[in-house]
Amino acid sequence: MTTRLIFLLLALSISQTSQAFCGFYVAKADASLYNQASQVVMTRKDDKTVLSLMNDYQGELKDFALVVPVPQVLTEGQIHIGDAKLFKHIDDFSAPRLVEYHDEDPCQPPVMYEKMMSAPMPTAAMPQKAKSDKSLGVTVEAEYTVGEYDIVILSAKESDGLEKWLQASGYKIPKGASAALKPYIKQNLKFFVAKVNLKEQNKTGLKFLRPLQFAFESPKFMLPIRLGMINAKGPQDLLVYILTEKGRVESSNYQTLKLPSNMDIPVYIKDNFADFYKALFETQVKKQNLRAVFTEYFWNMGWCDPCASEPLSYEELKQLGVFWLNQNSNAPQVMSGGGVPVQVTRLHVRYTPDSFPEDLSFQETRDTENFQGRYVLRHAWQGKPEQCEAAKTYFEQLAKRHEQEAKTLAELTGWELSDIKKKMNLNDAPDQESTDQWWKKIW
Amino acid sequence: MKYHGGHFICAVWKLDIRLWQLLIMASLLLAGVWFRDFSLYPAQIAFTFAAGLITQAIFLRLFKLEQHGFLSATITCFGLCLLLRSSALWVHPAVASLVMASKFLIRPQGAHLFNPANLGVVLGLSFFPETWVTSGQWGQDLTTALWLIAAGFFIARNAKRLDITAYFLLFYASLFLVIRVAWYGYTLPVFFHQFQNGALLLFAFFMISDPMTIPRHHKARILHAAVVAVLAYIWQYQLYWNQGIIWGLFWATFLVPLWNHLFPAPRYQWQALSGEHT
Repeated sequence: MTTRLIFLLLALSISQTSQAFCGFYVAKADASLYNQASQVVMTRKDDKTVLSLMNDYQGELKDFALVVPVPQVLTEGQIHIGDAKLFKHIDDFSAPRLVEYHDEDPCQPPVMYEKMMSAPMPTAAMPQKAKSDKSLGVTVEAEYTVGEYDIVILSAKESDGLEKWLQASGYKIPKGASAALKPYIKQNLKFFVAKVNLKEQNKTGLKFLRPLQFAFESPKFMLPIRLGMINAKGPQDLLVYILTEKGRVESSNYQTLKLPSNMDIPVYIKDNFADFYKALFETQVKKQNLRAVFTEYFWNMGWCDPCASEPLSYEELKQLGVFWLNQNSNAPQVMSGGGVPVQVTRLHVRYTPDSFPEDLSFQETRDTENFQGRYVLRHAWQGKPEQCEAAKTYFEQLAKRHEQEAKTLAELTGWELSDIKKKMNLNDAPDQESTDQWWKKIW
Repeated sequence: MKYHGGHFICAVWKLDIRLWQLLIMASLLLAGVWFRDFSLYPAQIAFTFAAGLITQAIFLRLFKLEQHGFLSATITCFGLCLLLRSSALWVHPAVASLVMASKFLIRPQGAHLFNPANLGVVLGLSFFPETWVTSGQWGQDLTTALWLIAAGFFIARNAKRLDITAYFLLFYASLFLVIRVAWYGYTLPVFFHQFQNGALLLFAFFMISDPMTIPRHHKARILHAAVVAVLAYIWQYQLYWNQGIIWGLFWATFLVPLWNHLFPAPRYQWQALSGEHT
C-alpha cells in the first residue's frame, strides 16, 4: 500500500511547461521608464562572475568617475568594453509585457487557435593624477587604458587614507565615503576606479559611454550597491539581469517577491501601458516599504511566450559573459524541451540608504518555473445580445468581467476606481452589486 | 498550581506544549502562504503531512510503540513546509518520509540524533532536484520579528530549553558584532537587518530549541550553542555559502552524543504547561 502511494506521488509533478498564450504582444515597460535607473548584467557559474555595468551618465564626460569594489587585482584581460545594444536587447527581452486577446463570437462553435509560435555609481570630478602614496596606505596595483576609460586598480590599508588619496587625485568624494569604504578595505577588496580618457572617447565617435565589463572569481555572489548611495537624494532604481546555468536567482538577504502578473486589465491601458506599469511598481514598492526585491522575469534564454523581443543569440550571450555555452554552435545549444543552459532572472529594486542597509547578496535557487510580468487585454466581441441565446449570456458575463477589470486595475495601481470606470465608460452600465442586493427586489 | 477558572482552563493548561508549538507553526504557515508569497502549493503541504504521518504510523507499529503519538511528527511536517521550497510535488513527501524514518533508525544512546526538520532541509538541498531554501522569505518586517520572538519565547520557556535559544543568539550576535561591526566597520543597521530576519528567529526559537536533539545537560547545551554559532558564522560569513544556521546545526549535531557522554543528565520528557509530564 505504501509502495503504491509513493509511486503515485512520484508520478505527479508540477507542470512547468507554460501554456501557449494566444495573446499578441503589444507593449513593454522597459528601463527607459525610470529616471536614474542603473542597469547591471551579472553572469555567474560556480565562482566565476562577469559583471557588466551600464552607465546612464548624463553629465560632462570629464567629470565622470566610477568606483567599484572588486575581489582581486584585475588584469587588463579581465576588463572589457561592452556593447550598449546588449543592454537594450536583454531589457527588451525581459521587460513586463502587455498582451491582447479578442473574444470569440459566442454564436459560433469554439475554434481551436493555432499556438502562437515563439522563437526558442558615484560621479565625481576628473582625477588629475593617480599617484601612489605610501603614507596614505594606498597602492596603485595596476593602471590600464581600456577603450575610452582610464582605469586604476587600488588597494588600501585604511579607508581614511583612500578617501584622502581619491580627493588628492581630483575625485570629488562625498562625505561619508570613508565609512562606506571601510568594510570593503577590511575584507581586502580592491577598488576599480575608472575615469574617461577624453582623447580615446573622441576616437569612438560616440556621444555616450559604453558599458564596462569585468570578469573575476569570487565565492561572494553579491552586488555592491552601498557606495552608490552616498550621494543619493531620493530612491534609486536598479535593474539586475542575472544569467545563470540552472535556476532562478533571488536575494539571500532581502525578501524577493514576484510582481502581481497575468491579470486582466481594461483595454484602454493599451495606450498608456507605461503609466500603468510605473503605477503598479510604485504601489508594490510602497506596500513593502521599499524593502523588497522584485522579480520581473525569469525564463529560459532559449525561448519566450509571448516574446517581447527575440531571445539573445549565442554571440550576444557570449559577449555578456556566458562562458559555458558550447562554442561550436552558432545558435544557443538547444536542450531537451527547447531550452538552452542559460536562465535569465530580471530583478528590479527601488531602494533608499535606509531601506537597504547592506549590499545585495544573491543565491541561485534550483527553481526552474518560468515567470513573467504579463498583463492581459481582452477585446469584447462586437455583436448584439439579440443575435443568439449565448450572446445574451456573453454580455452578462462581459459586464461582470469589466467590473472585475476595473477593480483589479484600481488595486494594482492605486488609481481611483471611479476614474477608471469613467475611462472604461462603465458609468451607464448597471451596477452589478446594487442589482444583486436583495432589498432592491422588494421595493 | 491550582486553578479555579473552571475545567476548560485546567484542560488547556494540561495540554502538551507541542500542541501550542503546533498551533503557532500552523498560523505562521498560513500567514506565510497568504501574505508572504511563500511559493508553496497546497498539494505540497497535503502530501508532506500524508507521507510524514503515514511513515510515522508504520514505524510506530513496526517498533510496537503505539502508545506514542503524532505530535512531534506533525511539528516536523510544519517545519518542512515552512522551510523547504521545491518546484516538484514529490520532494516534500519524500523528505518527510526519510526524516521520520531517521528518527527510528538513527538512535545512538537510545534517542534520535538529528533534528528532523533540520535533517530534512539538509537532505533536500543535497540530494533532491529543484529544491531550495528561501532565507529572505519572511522579509525584515519588524512586526513579524516581534511576533516570532513572543511566540517563540512562550514555547521555549515552557519547554525549559530557552537557555539554548538565548545562548545561541548571544554567541551568534556577538560574533557578528565583534567581527563585522566593530572590526569590518559595518553599521549597526546592518546588524539589525540581519537579526530581524524571520528565518533566524524561527531557527533560534523553533529548531535549535527542540529538547530531544540537543544535549541533556545545561552546560553541554551552552557548548552546543557556541559550536552551532561558530559553524554557522563561518559557513555564512567567511565562506559565503547560504543557510549557515541550518548547516551549522547539522554539523554540530554529530557532537551531541559526545556532550551527552561527558555531561550525563536524564533524558527530556515532554511536559504540559502545568509542568506535568504528558
